[in-house]
This record gives sequence, structure tokens and C-alpha cells, in this order.
Amino acid sequence: MKRRTLAVPYVLWLAAFVVAPVILIVIYAFTSRSGGFTTENFSAMGKYVSVFARSFALALISTAVCLALGYPLAYVLAREPARRQRIMLMLLMLPMWMNFLLRTYAWMSILENTGLISRLLGFFGLGPLRVINTPAAVVIGMVYNFLPFMALPVYSVIVKIDRSLIEAAQDLGGSPRTVFLRVTLPLSLPGVLSGVTMVFVPAVSTFVISQLLGGGKYLLLGDLIEMQFLGQAYNPHLGSAIALVMMVVVMIFMFFMNKFGEGEDKAVII
Amino acid sequence: MTGKKGAGGRFYTYLVMLFLYAPIFILIVFSFNEANSRTRWTGFTLKWYGELLADRGIMSSFYTTISVSALSAAIATAAGTLASVGLFNMRRRWRAPILSVNNIPLINADIITGVAMCLLFVSLGSVLKFRLGFGTLLIAHITFNIPYVVLSVMPKLRQLDENLVDAAQDLGCTWFRAFRKVIMPEIMPGIVNGAMIAFTMSIDDFVISYFTAGSGVMTLSMKVFSMTRKRVSPKINALSSLMFAAVLFLLLAINIRELSQEERRKKGTKPRKTR
Repeated sequence: MKRRTLAVPYVLWLAAFVVAPVILIVIYAFTSRSGGFTTENFSAMGKYVSVFARSFALALISTAVCLALGYPLAYVLAREPARRQRIMLMLLMLPMWMNFLLRTYAWMSILENTGLISRLLGFFGLGPLRVINTPAAVVIGMVYNFLPFMALPVYSVIVKIDRSLIEAAQDLGGSPRTVFLRVTLPLSLPGVLSGVTMVFVPAVSTFVISQLLGGGKYLLLGDLIEMQFLGQAYNPHLGSAIALVMMVVVMIFMFFMNKFGEGEDKAVII
Repeated sequence: MTGKKGAGGRFYTYLVMLFLYAPIFILIVFSFNEANSRTRWTGFTLKWYGELLADRGIMSSFYTTISVSALSAAIATAAGTLASVGLFNMRRRWRAPILSVNNIPLINADIITGVAMCLLFVSLGSVLKFRLGFGTLLIAHITFNIPYVVLSVMPKLRQLDENLVDAAQDLGCTWFRAFRKVIMPEIMPGIVNGAMIAFTMSIDDFVISYFTAGSGVMTLSMKVFSMTRKRVSPKINALSSLMFAAVLFLLLAINIRELSQEERRKKGTKPRKTR
């Protein structure tokens, strides 16, 4: 009724700087350099199937590792006394506030062939271990950077779980294992789902981590897109097509995550 | 929880913290290293800090980062707050689709937001004769910051008692005055929170800046990226240490402030239940 005109400037801003760029991506993806309609950009992607596969594989592995490390962490944290929780949360967020590039750079010096890990292993007569410029280094970089994105949403859901539900399950004779599997785990799934998307999306699209820790040898989707826009292989039409495919795949992924989440919610209520 | 289990859990958290902090700790230690090496310790020095502060490129990228973050956070906070009030007063039928568009920059991978805006700026620039630079960088930052402000202000508006605004207006306030005296104080926590998220998002952003800043302007993240591709200098370590110290200081300050506020609330002044 009143003052809804206040939103008009923002709506215009959204149209100009959020909607229009996405439309431009679609237009570029379906046109050639000369400007005519074409689907060539998509067929040209055929030779990059391995890049798609590698990106998704590495992102899935990193997401799985983040979940495996982050879930127990969130679970333990949620059961600590309030003051301790606060300190631990702060410690978990602190590295996130430090620059993302610097965090990734830190691992360059650790994983180098003459780096600290190799030297440490050499000291024990092991190695030399080659980690830098391998897919493993890329996964380590992803896990390091994105672990808080998994732990924090899971934590915020677990900490809100009604303690009386868990006590009720225990009173009814559930073993710790049963209580966890039948009560805590299902109730924490919304947090897991948002954690999974928050890790997967940046992991599948990164180009910084793969260039710094993968030595540019293992092209990921992000590298491929970056090359088409700012790199030597300048071709924004192909770049837009790849970006469009990535956007659609991520949307489908999130759609299924949401569906899955809804189903779980209902199951819990019943 | 039994003692043994709790101990296991704690041990695990310490391990994770070690994983998170060991790299940063190593960076900091080697920022004091004499030799130009990231792995071999040769002696203590502060020269890298001196060189860092004398490096014009790094310092100017630092100023760029600070100014673009502060400006974009301020603009996005003002614009986002007004937009939230407007959206809140809209009918649901209109509000819902606008809010989904609002979420696009949050859901999309940064690289997609980045290249999409890059395309827009390049095509607009070729028509309107401008180049990518600080202006486009600022627009990009404002664009990805506003959604965070909207998302943190909206819930506060929902909690707001609509009758309060009506009462103020019945008592003769203009709408604007009612907004300033009644709505603003109530939604202030949301606004502050939104501003802080916006500022940190801007400071930490690399990907979107990388695609929208053009070749003349560099943020700190972009500078670090270009440095890591050439010969690595311990100046980056010195930079990391300073950043870490700054962030640690900020976080401690915020937490201490919050803690003291809580204590005050517990002790003296009653919670404002009666309005």
C-alpha cells in the first residue's frame, strides 16, 4: 500500500546488473563471432568433456571430504558449553576473514617439492612426496578453503535441535547409535544440504586453487572459462556457453538437493 | 556426555584447528625469515615488512580494496535498506519473484557473476565509450553486496510491529520521520549486520573483481594473484601476517564488545518488553 516505490530503484538495478548480464551470457552462448545464431559453441565443448569430468570429480571429492571432516566437528562443537562454542566458532571463522588468495598461497609453500612436508618426511627417511601440482593438492586447497562453509551450517542446525527429542529417544531405550541415526542425523540434514551446496558450487567453479596448487596442469571448468574471457584463448562466445552449461548443471544440482531436503523434512514430521 | 567421549571430541577439534592454523602460522614465521625462501630458515629479519610498506603497487592495491569495500558496503547498505522497506510493503505476488532475482548473485558461482558482468560492461563500454576500471568494479561490488543487506534487513522488518508505524503517523509524524524514529531503530541490528557482511564479502572477493576491474585497477587479492604467478616474494608473507593480525584484532574487539553488552543486559537494564 505504502512506500513500495522505494523498491523501484533496486528493481531497476537488479534488471540492469543481475538480469541483463545473465541474458547476455545466453545471447553470447548462442551466437558466433560474426553475430549469427549458432549452436557451435556447445558442440565445441565436446573436446572439453575431460575438463567437465575432472571438475565435477574433484568438487565431489572435496565436498565429501568436507562433509566427513565438518560434520563431526559441528556435532562436537554443538555439544560444548556456550562460552567454548563461541570461542571455537570464532576460531573457525577467523581464517575465512583472511584473504582467500593468501590462504591458498599458504599451502603452496607447504606442499612444494622442497616444501615443509617433503622435508619433514625426508627427515624420517621417507619421500620425496610429490603433492604440489597434483589433483591431490587441488583437493587439499579446496577442503582447506571451504571446510568452514560445511561446518558452520551443519553446526547452526544441530545446535538448534530440541534436546528433549534426543532425551526422549534415549528414554525410550535407543542406543547412542540409534539415537544419532534416527534422530540427530535426520534433523541435521537441512544443514548438511546447505553445506554441500556451499562447498560444491565454489569448488566446481574455482580457477584460483587449480592454478596455484595444480600448477595450471589440471584444467578445471573455472580455468576454461577464465581463459576464454581474460586468457590467451579469448573467445567469450565459447566461454559463455561453458558458463551457461555450468549454471544449468548447478541449478539442477540445487533443485535436487532442495527436493531431497523437502522429502526429508516431511519424513521427519511423520 | 561421558568424559572419555568428550575428550575424543576435543582432540578432534584441536586436530581440525591445527589443520586450519598451521599454514597461517608457517606463513607468519617465514615472514621474519632472512633469506628469500619459503622453507629454509636462515635468520630473523623485519626487512620484508619494510619492503612491503615501500611497495607502491601493493599499497595502492590495498587502498583500492579498502575504498571499494567501504564505498560499496555503505552504498549497498543504504540502497538495500530502502529496497527492503519497499519490498516489504509490496504484495507477495510481486515480492516473491523480485526476491528470487535478488538471490541470483548469492546462488550463482562467483565466476558466472563475474563473467556475466564483464560481458555487460564490455558491451556497454563499447557503446558508451568507457573502459573497465574503478567505476565498474564498484558497481559490481554494490551489486553482489545488496542481496546480503536485503537478506539481513528483511527478517527484522518482519518482526516489526506494523502498528507502531501507524501510531507514529497518527500522532502526526510524516512517513519519513516515522521511518527514522520508529522503523530505523528497530531494524538497526539487521542493518549493521548487513553492512558488516557486505564489507567482509567485498574485502575477500577476488573472482568478481578480477573480471570487472579491467587492467588498470587492482585489488589486493588481484595483486596477490599476479604475484603468485611470478617469482614469489616473502613480502606476501609479511602481508599475510599483517592481515591476520588485523582480522584477529577486529574479531576480538567485536566479541569483547558483544560480551560486555550481554553482561550489561544481564545485570542492570531490564529487557525492553513493555513498549
